[in-house]
Formats: sequence, structure tokens, C-alpha cells
Amino acid sequence: MALTIKEVEYVAKLARLQLNEDEKQIFAEQLSSILKYVEKLNELPTDGVEPLAHILPVYNVFRADEIRPGTPREEILANAPLVEDGQYKVPKIM
Amino acid sequence: MELHQLTIHELQELLSRKETSALEITQSIFTRIHAVDDQVRAFITLTEEEALANAREIDKQGEYGRIAGIPLGVKDIFCTRGVKTTCASRILENFVPTYDSTAAGRLFAEKGILAGKLNMDEFAMGSSTEQSAFFPTCNPWNLSRVPGGSSGGSAAAVAADEVPFALGTDTGGSIRQPASFCGVVGLKPTYGRVSRWGVIAYASSLDQVGTFAKDVRDCALVMNIISGKDPLDSTCVDLPVPDYSASLDGNVKGMKIAYPREYFQPGIDSHVQDAIKKALLKYEEMGAVVDEVSLPHSEYALPAYYLVATAEASANLARYDGVRYGLRDFEAANVIDMFSRSRAEGFGAEVKRRIMLGSYALSSGYYDAYYLKALKVRRLIADDFSKVFANFDLIVSPTAPTVAFNIGEQIGDPLTLYMNDILTVPINMAGLPAMSIPCGFHEGMPVGMQLIGPAFGESTLFKAAFAFEQNTDFHTFRPALEVK
Repeated sequence: MALTIKEVEYVAKLARLQLNEDEKQIFAEQLSSILKYVEKLNELPTDGVEPLAHILPVYNVFRADEIRPGTPREEILANAPLVEDGQYKVPKIM
Repeated sequence: MELHQLTIHELQELLSRKETSALEITQSIFTRIHAVDDQVRAFITLTEEEALANAREIDKQGEYGRIAGIPLGVKDIFCTRGVKTTCASRILENFVPTYDSTAAGRLFAEKGILAGKLNMDEFAMGSSTEQSAFFPTCNPWNLSRVPGGSSGGSAAAVAADEVPFALGTDTGGSIRQPASFCGVVGLKPTYGRVSRWGVIAYASSLDQVGTFAKDVRDCALVMNIISGKDPLDSTCVDLPVPDYSASLDGNVKGMKIAYPREYFQPGIDSHVQDAIKKALLKYEEMGAVVDEVSLPHSEYALPAYYLVATAEASANLARYDGVRYGLRDFEAANVIDMFSRSRAEGFGAEVKRRIMLGSYALSSGYYDAYYLKALKVRRLIADDFSKVFANFDLIVSPTAPTVAFNIGEQIGDPLTLYMNDILTVPINMAGLPAMSIPCGFHEGMPVGMQLIGPAFGESTLFKAAFAFEQNTDFHTFRPALEVK
């Protein structure tokens, strides 16, 4: 199926990606051709097939809840773009 | 032979006989890197000073274990404490982790010496290392060709004798395809065999850590160190790790080897097919039983993979929002704009494309048609392999459809580039272990043979790969690079 520019804009909003007009045009074309290719899957009847999300027969993995040293706050914050009073600072949310 | 040309086990022998030192080896490695990396461009970051200091300290202690005193390279997707880890992306260009990933950390705990961080396709999305945000890596066998990807820097560095071994990751072929293109040994272990803690995530149900080496013995040695349970990765399985080196006996008598007819189709270069067929004859000569099988859903693996992988990627990459680390756009007026603009500036085209595809496949109204459908097809693909492994020990195929292509040749068309992974993605979809080993040359470029085993059947891969290596000399060839 072919993706419209409007649909590209909607998906970009979901993905929190700002796209320029050229990118919207290119992605509409490229994503359409990729989606056309993956539609090949519809050739296969899969009624009653159990989806396989994960190949390992592993379920919950537990460990003892012990107190262990963490990483010092200053080390973690050293990677932050903007910090104030030992906390991450971001532009206004509301 | 100079030190930088040797394998881990050769270096280890020299060290244990006190015929060389960690410092001499490390110096030899950096001399080599400075001589050839201007051309190959395998490294994003070099850690020379720390490596030399490390080597001196190890020599002072004078004890050499399995890899003590031996330098290594690490794909820039593994977090390394205090060493910049970029994932070849602008968005992480200045990111310095506060901890080591488990796999790299286990090598450091054995006193392996970090030589540097290796180039890759941004966020491991690509098959040529041309999607690195910084620069493409060149294939040491022919500098105008790609080294493969996404772990192209790791494969190229080992092939160019810049490091004896390197870590990589493989989500859809990112270890095996570059190993094939660069003529080295590359192993993607079973999903769950090696911890992924501290490895930057791409597609969590597919990603696996593995290794590049100059020969099969070295590959087994590294796997002995990095495999096994890690309390920090719940998907890393609590199963005993066999001594992989013990399976290197060269004996494949009676081993049942299957070759899937779907992996020998017209889309696969005939010279590549010929090289694999010759290798199969070699296995027969050595006493293995070789037979054709069918993996009937093979052609559906690639489209299903691109839905599963991109859906998971769109979720995994949501964390790059410019808040806690990474690139931030400071012009944005509010926080939502900051997310969108930071991500727009920080991600490259292929990463954006995959996030978009994945977000679409997961979006309301399309989830069943795309993502759920892909997971059902995934079951059929995994079942194909189970049926073959009920009767066979090993599956053999080409690793990639062609030898390494030219830089720039496929960059314009995402679908053509995705086709490179057609023989490797089914194995990730099924979570199986697979290895690429050199088995021939075409146009002066290496051809790789893919060995696929049942889940946790790495020992079988090592056994078969070692037997082939003992009876051929493809692994002994090295590219002739001009030394500057």
C-alpha cells in the first residue's frame, strides 16, 4: 500500500521525529515500496499459527533483592545535556 | 611473522614462554594501526595510552592467562567505562558510559587490552558500514569495496591485522556478513548464550553478541570467556557452557550436513554457490554425510524480519530524547519539540527510516496486519529449522549472496541493501547459532560459508569449522595493504 504525506506526518508525530518536506516525500516513497515488499507475507496462510515473539522458553527470572552500590549521581549526570541542582533540566512541559 | 599478524593462541604461547611481552604486542598492534588505519578506517576511537599502561601493568604482574596481555577491538555499540561509546551516531557522539558491558567486561577481567572502539552502521542498522554517521570503513582486500555491516569495523580490523580479535553484534547478519566480506571467522551464538547487558539495543528479540577472529581456535577461546549466565540480563540463559576448545578435534566422520535448496537460488552469485559446493565436497571427503533439504518458508524471512526488527527498534530508540544523555536541540520552545528536533538532528537517514517503519507497523489499526503477521511467520521459519535438525547435525549455506560490493553501489536503494541479509536473517528469527568461515575467493574478494547449528549447538559449529580449516588454507590469506 502507498503511504500518503499525511500518513507519514502522523507516523513521524508518533515517533517524535521532526521531518522536513524533502524527507516526508522520500519516506512516503521508500516506506511505500518497503510495505509493498513485506505484503508478500500475505501469501502465507497463518490462521491458527501461534505468534513467536521470543525464541527462548524462559519466563520470569528472579534474583535476591539485595542492596548493592549504584552509580554515583555525578557520574550519571556528567552525560546530561543540561543539569541544575543535581537534576536534569528540560524546557517547559505545559 | 610480526606480532600483529599472529592469532591469540600464537601470542599466548609466546607470552607463556616469555618470548614476548604484553607491551611488545600492544606496541606492534598500534604500529600496525597507525600504518594502515588511514586507509581502512576501522576505528572510531583509539585507546592507545591506556592500552600501553595496561600492558606494562600486566607485564609487571607477569601472569598470562587465556587472553591476558592481548589487545582486542570492540564494536562501538558496547558500553565501555570511561571510553566514549557512540554507536556511530551523532546522537551519542559524546556519550561516555559509567560501566562496562558484560561481554567486554569479561574480556577486560581476563586482562584483555582494549585497543579501541570500532566503526559500524549507525545503531547497527545497515549492511555496509556506510551508514556510520562519521565515515565509511573500507574493505582491507579492496579499499573501494565495503567491509559489510553492521559490524564492518570489527571485521575489517581483524582482517587488516589491526587487532587479533574483536567483539561484534548480530541482529540479522551483522557479524556473519562482514566476516564473509573480509575473510575472517565470525560467530553469532545462540540467542541467550552471551549477555547483552550494556550493549546498546537495536531489536531485542534478535540481537546477539559474538566475536570475530582470525581462526576457529581463537573464536572458541573467546566464546569460552564471554558465554554464560549474567544476572544483569534476564534473557541470558542459565545453561552450562561447554569447553568449546574441546570440540576442536578435526573429526566430522558421520556428521550429517544439510544444505537448503532455497539458499542456492539464482539470486545468489554462481561463483559464491560454487565455492560452497566445493566446500561441501570437502566435507564429504572428510567423512561427513551431505544431503539437500528444504526450508520452505525462507523467502518470507526477510520481509518478516524487517517488520519485527524495526518495530522493536522504534521502541528501543524511543529513549534517545535529549533529556538524560546524548544530543539535545537547545532551540526548542517546549519539551515535545525538544524530543522531535533532537531526534531529527541526531539520527541518520537509515535509522529514521527504520523508526518510521517500525512505528507504522505498531500503530493502531496496523498492528495485526504487520507486526502480528510477522510473528506468526516467524514461528513457521523457526519450525522449518527444527524439522531439519531432527535429522541433521548442521546446515551449510553461503553467508551472503555476493562478495563485497563497491562503496556507494547500494546506498541509494534501501530494499537492495536489505537483500544482503537474505541468507542470515532467518537464523536470527529462529535464534540459532551460526558462523561464517572463509571458503574461497572471487574477484580477489573472500567468500564466506555459513554453518548453522541447532540452539546451543555451538560445539558442533566449532567442530565442523575447525575440521574444514585444518583441511584448507583459506584462513591463512591476508590482504596486502600498503604500509604507510
